[in-house]
Amino acid sequence: MRIAFRDALHAVRKAPLLSALSVMTIAFSLFAFGLFGLVALNIKGVLDTVEERVEIRAFVADGTPTEDLVRAVNEISRYREVLSARIVTQAQALARARRELGEFSDVFEEGVLPASIDIRLKPGSRDPRGVGAVASRIKTISFVDDVRYGEDWILQLHRLRNIAGATGVSLGLAFAVVAVIIIGATIRMTVLARSKEISIMRLVGATDAFIRSPFLIEGFAKGIAGGIIALLLTWGSAATVEHYLNFKAIFFDQRLVLFGLAGGALIGLLGSGYAVGRHLRRV
Amino acid sequence: MIVFHNVSKEYPRTGRALADATFRLHKGEFAFLTGASGAGKSTILRLAYFEEQPTSGEVRVSGVSSTEVRTQGEVARLRRKLGIVFQDFRLLEDRTAEANVAFALEVIGTRRDQIAPRVNRVLSQVGLASKLKSYPRELSGGEQQRVAIARALVNDPVVLIADEPTGNLDERATRGVFQLLRDINTAGTAVLMATHALDLVRSTDYRTIELDHGRIVYDSVDATPPAASRALGELT
Repeated sequence: MRIAFRDALHAVRKAPLLSALSVMTIAFSLFAFGLFGLVALNIKGVLDTVEERVEIRAFVADGTPTEDLVRAVNEISRYREVLSARIVTQAQALARARRELGEFSDVFEEGVLPASIDIRLKPGSRDPRGVGAVASRIKTISFVDDVRYGEDWILQLHRLRNIAGATGVSLGLAFAVVAVIIIGATIRMTVLARSKEISIMRLVGATDAFIRSPFLIEGFAKGIAGGIIALLLTWGSAATVEHYLNFKAIFFDQRLVLFGLAGGALIGLLGSGYAVGRHLRRV
Repeated sequence: MIVFHNVSKEYPRTGRALADATFRLHKGEFAFLTGASGAGKSTILRLAYFEEQPTSGEVRVSGVSSTEVRTQGEVARLRRKLGIVFQDFRLLEDRTAEANVAFALEVIGTRRDQIAPRVNRVLSQVGLASKLKSYPRELSGGEQQRVAIARALVNDPVVLIADEPTGNLDERATRGVFQLLRDINTAGTAVLMATHALDLVRSTDYRTIELDHGRIVYDSVDATPPAASRALGELT
């Protein structure tokens, strides 16, 4: 292992420009992927914010006793899909309507708006089917007159999320494939640059596993280095956008940062393993 | 040591390179492989160090048979018992003579404390004790070939396989390298050497195996020289 580390270091020292080129290739490939990931993350953030507004409103019959309402709220709160449920009295409904409608606040008179139970759903249950299922159960409550949840709006939102998701996955995969191909080609150059060394190793009796090890170490290290540079570039881009467009961007959390670095290391490792393996099969 | 039994080698594009070759190189023996370019000398050597597999027949080297070897690991272990030398030296230009020889020990996992003494011993043996720290570009052709021979010897091989080792050398360096190979053979290592240098071949009574268009046409151990055979044929 000591020799493998020494050989990996020797290879970097021997061809610093080629090494820098492969690190920068990995960095820019991951940077492109990272920028795309950042855009996808921010679109998802916006959609999540919009989706948080998904709400079921169950209008109750006038004169429903408060105890019945409390009992119903408690029962609804126990539904697996429900995040929260609360009673909105006639007075509260009026105040809310006036607040939301601003200059038209005087069109409502007291007692016009019915009391309701407002239900918010957990993430993952806010799709049309989940919302519809909860709404149907609530409709069965005897004193519930009507249940509304903006069915068309939820349907559109869901469609938009699906399109964004499918586009994200397709583009993400395409970016990842392009990154792997470019990185693989760059690493292959470093393998070819050392083909003489490899042939001598084989002649004097080195096993393929031994020959591979310095390349794997080199690929892993370059992947990590490329990942760090890509992360810094992505962070710089996000900061620039925030500064000039006055927009609070969501950046990768710690888990995604580690995932990105691990991805870079894995690409470096697999790219090297593939390139040197292919070379060994040919010579 | 090295046994070729009815060995043929065909390449998909260029056709037959070796046809039905049978010979045996014994322990401690020195044998020349001679013949024109393309006669099959290098093919025999590549088969002998298992760089290639025969199309038919069997190659057996130091107890390892071409019909039984399956993995690259087995080939690697066999090569540790062989020393291989080429016309173009195949040294690493960015490493000193000492590092080039040590490389052969490092890649097979030799203990660190054993490397330096063995490298020094073998470089002294080839007459390069004073050039340990020299890079290949700082050495003459003959000296570079001596480094390559030292690298081949450092694992104490049972046989040294040399493919035109004097092909790139002037007459003086050729004599020096050849004398070194003779000394190595005298010390007990078998040598199988492909060469065009008929002067060298004629200067010794070592065994000679002559190839022509992939066939062994003469083996001094058990045959009459082709020219003599032809003469005898004309008489009868």
